[in-house]
Amino acid sequence: MNNKSREILADSNAVSTMIEDIAVRISEKTPSLPNTVLIGIIKRGDIIASRISSIIARRTGIGLPVGKIDINLYRDDLSLIDYHPSIEHTSIPFDINSKTVILIDDVFFTGRTIRSALNEIMDFGRPDKIKLFTLINRQSSELPICPDYSALNKKITKNDIINLHLNEIDGREDIEIIKGEN
Amino acid sequence: MKWTKKHLLSIESLSAEEIGIILDNGLSFREVLDRPIKKVPALRGKTVVNLFFEPSTRTLVSFALAEKHLSADSVNVSAKTSSVLKGETLLDTARNIESMKTDMVVIRHSSPGAARFLAERIDSNVINAGDGIHEHPTQALLDLMTIKEHFKDFNGLNIMILGDIAHSRVARSLIWSFNKLGINTTLCAPPTLMPMYIDDVDVNIEYDIDRAIANQDIIYILRMQLERQKSGLFPSLSEYIKYYSLSFERFKRIKERTMIMHPGPINRGVEVDGSVADSSNSLILNQVTNGVAVRMAILYLLNGGKDNE
Repeated sequence: MNNKSREILADSNAVSTMIEDIAVRISEKTPSLPNTVLIGIIKRGDIIASRISSIIARRTGIGLPVGKIDINLYRDDLSLIDYHPSIEHTSIPFDINSKTVILIDDVFFTGRTIRSALNEIMDFGRPDKIKLFTLINRQSSELPICPDYSALNKKITKNDIINLHLNEIDGREDIEIIKGEN
Repeated sequence: MKWTKKHLLSIESLSAEEIGIILDNGLSFREVLDRPIKKVPALRGKTVVNLFFEPSTRTLVSFALAEKHLSADSVNVSAKTSSVLKGETLLDTARNIESMKTDMVVIRHSSPGAARFLAERIDSNVINAGDGIHEHPTQALLDLMTIKEHFKDFNGLNIMILGDIAHSRVARSLIWSFNKLGINTTLCAPPTLMPMYIDDVDVNIEYDIDRAIANQDIIYILRMQLERQKSGLFPSLSEYIKYYSLSFERFKRIKERTMIMHPGPINRGVEVDGSVADSSNSLILNQVTNGVAVRMAILYLLNGGKDNE
């Protein structure tokens, strides 16, 4: 730990602005909002998705349904990791067939989480389109997947850790980088 | 807390925290059963053998479905169709099956300790699906999940177990778990069907059903094995029904408060009136559904760790 330095990349206000930015973009660029649903990836994507839905409702009067998914059962490394993580409650309480699904996550890194999420969503139905919005894009994709939009794009190497903290579960709100030994 | 156990052999060997992990995961897996495609890829490429040396319908089907929903490949072996009939020992059967590169073994056997015996000798994860009169841990876990789903919290609940407790592995697993979770447990049975181990556990003993059923949150009714009436442990089935069955008359006095559970299969009109089992107070079918979910959680957790012990 001694050789790791911590840096706050964005404070609470900046995080709010980034979420607002994504909500505005979704409401302005999505052709048919009433035919659109939001699905957030647990553990922070679902919280961001709820906030985005509230912002869009305030701006347009349209309340987008919000679902959440735990992707752990679809991971490609379940047989490699040391233990199986506990599963959280996936909830998609609406029909996704023929809908535009906006998938929300906090940090885009290798693309593997998104690959898992896409497979899981397809088990619930066949959406017309799936779009991906993330708060941060680490620009280190290992698969041919990348977000349609990220509020913050920054090349962050594998040695560094980036954490989004949200008031709802962390009691603080910021984006922090923990720099590893390079 | 991380899950670190390699086998599921008994409730006695689990901590309250470990029970909590299984139930929390079970409640999450319950959602998968409501999906249009009830299949997740978590155990893809894993092979499970269901080694059932005793008859079973619901436990075997429940395990088989749980395995299929997790994308595992599974094979069912029953005593009637196996080499056991040719004199092969349990260990030889298990070692031969494991030589076919299996990952997990679910075992039901009439001998107490059969699951532990295997777990100490083979490399696969072992799950006890009932070993003689010892334990039936997955039944207790699906029951606990059903209780948690309905009541949210265990602490301070009053639960009565009614029936042939002495011969019931389900009762043993339940009593262990109720003690660990702070549930006030009452056992109600004829003296001849009350177990010898009651001095070692924290339970209330009642022989009068009409007094015992008052103020219970749940009455958990055990199946009366009809072959017991030949054993001399009670005078006649009709006398057992008169003094220890949850009849509709008794149920009318408690239905404002008390939920009904039963591990199945039910002898309608013997240990419980059919209309009671079918009433809106009954959680019996929820138990069956939750059995698949909690077994998915167990298979998923046990197969997870490379270093589980």
